[in-house]
Amino acid sequence: MSITYLEAIREAQAKLLREDERVFIYGQDVGGVFGGAFKATKGLAKEFPNRVLNTPISEDAMVGTAVGAALQGMRPIVEMQFADFSSIALNQILNQAATHYWRTNIPVPITVRLPSGGTKGSGPFHSQSMESIYAHYPGLIVMTPATVEDAYTMLIAAVAIDDPVIYCEHKYLYYHLKADKLPDKGFPIGRARIAREGRDLTIVTYSAMVQESLVVAEELARENFEIEVVDLRTVKPLDTDTVLASVARTGRLLALGESFPWGGATAEVIARVTSEGFHLLDAAPVRINAKDTPIPYHPNLWSTHRPGVKLIAERARSLLKE
Amino acid sequence: MLQTAQRGKKSSSKKAAPKAAVHEQFVEAFRWMLLARTLEEKLVSLYRGGHITGGVYIGKGQEAVSVACGLFLQKGDIFAPLIRDQAGRSAFGEPLIDVTRTYLGSRQGPMRGRDGNIHRGRPGENCLAMISHLGAMVSVVVGSLMAKRFHGEKNFIGLSCIGEGGMQTGSLHEGMNIAAVEQVPLVIVATNNHYAYSTPNDREFACADLVDRAKGYGFEGYSIDGTDLNTCLDVIGNAVQRARAGRPPQLVVASVLRLSGHGEHDDASYVTDEVKRQPFAQDCLKIAEKRIIDLGLVDCATLQSWKDEARKQVEEAIATAQQEAAPDGAKEDWCAISARELVDQPK
Repeated sequence: MSITYLEAIREAQAKLLREDERVFIYGQDVGGVFGGAFKATKGLAKEFPNRVLNTPISEDAMVGTAVGAALQGMRPIVEMQFADFSSIALNQILNQAATHYWRTNIPVPITVRLPSGGTKGSGPFHSQSMESIYAHYPGLIVMTPATVEDAYTMLIAAVAIDDPVIYCEHKYLYYHLKADKLPDKGFPIGRARIAREGRDLTIVTYSAMVQESLVVAEELARENFEIEVVDLRTVKPLDTDTVLASVARTGRLLALGESFPWGGATAEVIARVTSEGFHLLDAAPVRINAKDTPIPYHPNLWSTHRPGVKLIAERARSLLKE
Repeated sequence: MLQTAQRGKKSSSKKAAPKAAVHEQFVEAFRWMLLARTLEEKLVSLYRGGHITGGVYIGKGQEAVSVACGLFLQKGDIFAPLIRDQAGRSAFGEPLIDVTRTYLGSRQGPMRGRDGNIHRGRPGENCLAMISHLGAMVSVVVGSLMAKRFHGEKNFIGLSCIGEGGMQTGSLHEGMNIAAVEQVPLVIVATNNHYAYSTPNDREFACADLVDRAKGYGFEGYSIDGTDLNTCLDVIGNAVQRARAGRPPQLVVASVLRLSGHGEHDDASYVTDEVKRQPFAQDCLKIAEKRIIDLGLVDCATLQSWKDEARKQVEEAIATAQQEAAPDGAKEDWCAISARELVDQPK
């Protein structure tokens, strides 16, 4: 048997619905026989017709409704059809949900699922990675699972957390990643994972870029370089200790992300390593992100806009020569 | 002393109520309005004396609409008051000390100095803490009502306040639409005070009457004179009753004039004399007081005793809050999430 990243997300939601009456799923096209634009909720409405609910195209109201339900003891999961559309709900997420605990001492346990990142031909409005925007604001936990196992266990953990969680699931991984089975227990939330051990260079990354990094590490291994890949798993909290420990072993840091380059998760990684572990570095750290333009439609442009194996390997080789 | 506890379940039907009960309710509403006006006048003088940081936003001229929003709610109902709803907040059950502690920045207030003035609430007691982004509270009330339905609760409603300014937001549109789609027992009371800060109605919307939108959303709608307490109690009370009885969501649009600036920093010099001469520019508190006198509901000595009592309560709440410690930046935990083990900690 093999299970995909997308199936893991569906299975996690099925388990949550079965085991916790407080859970309901709220989003566009998630209910009925349709089961979501990507089928992440396929079949769930049949088993739970009153708890897997279609909504109007109203991202603001979807999240506002989830906040209200959470305040009354529910554990809503909101599915954004694409991460890009969560911009319409920014106010409810950033100003309503994320400020609520600080202001009133009452947390808001909502989970907002964001189908994130680029796939071929999706263009400017169906390809965005929003994790850096959400991580910038206080009051949110931002998850970026990169494996089938994490997709499953981290979604279950997200719903259990009393605070608002932004769960960034990568669309490119939906069908590309497979595992033999789903784990009973996950790696702790808030802890980064060493996805591959190495001693020459550390790539710190998350989400789909973990897979690209592993391909690069394999390629460079043939050139006798040992690349360590750190999968952050949660962009916020950011596990600085694991990152610093890795850089202490390798002396070289490459921070890699698919989101736009100005600020963001990769900038934060480099800021922390240079301010807290400058003495550990043998060379200036390198940062790779997408280009500072909207995300292009045509595959020829898109594959250049998004960091790919070729670019990452080139930049890694240069850094290894420093 | 006027009781500020949330009232228990009782009939909100006025049609069946005898005249004495109607008068009793009118008097109760008037006293909440009086308390709100007294409190807010005192807050204004504290602000002008430099004792309040930030701003003071009052509901002068809107008390009749506001009090009717709070008065018919029962234990278990959800209330989302807004910027000018002191009368409704008090009638719903907000203690005066919550107000004075928040405005004066006491560590013991519900917001603990972390948020101020009218952004206060007690969500655990079903009084939501508004955010400044108008229209955003409606869907939160909708979700709260859906949760109650999930839990199998009965006989609950939600009431969300808005102004004509907030009615022009996308958030309000999404909230009203989703309320009707979900068929939750919701009442929205929209107070048209004729200015969004300084912008008059003709630059806010172009429909003849905002209540016309009700039908488009699948709401039942009513348009009322918000200066007349009797009408406010009658129509808003009826809307609450209809929502509780399972009718579609309800929209009440009340016409008043904001008898103050947007906040106390604003002299409202943009309000024209022509507007000030309109019937909706009358002071609802004065009209209600005149009605009490005209109907002989109480004598002048009793009326004066209510005013004295309101002043005494306000002064006590202010004196208490003024003696309390302010928050201390060095003692704050500076933690925006409840899961302490997941706090992000850059050095």
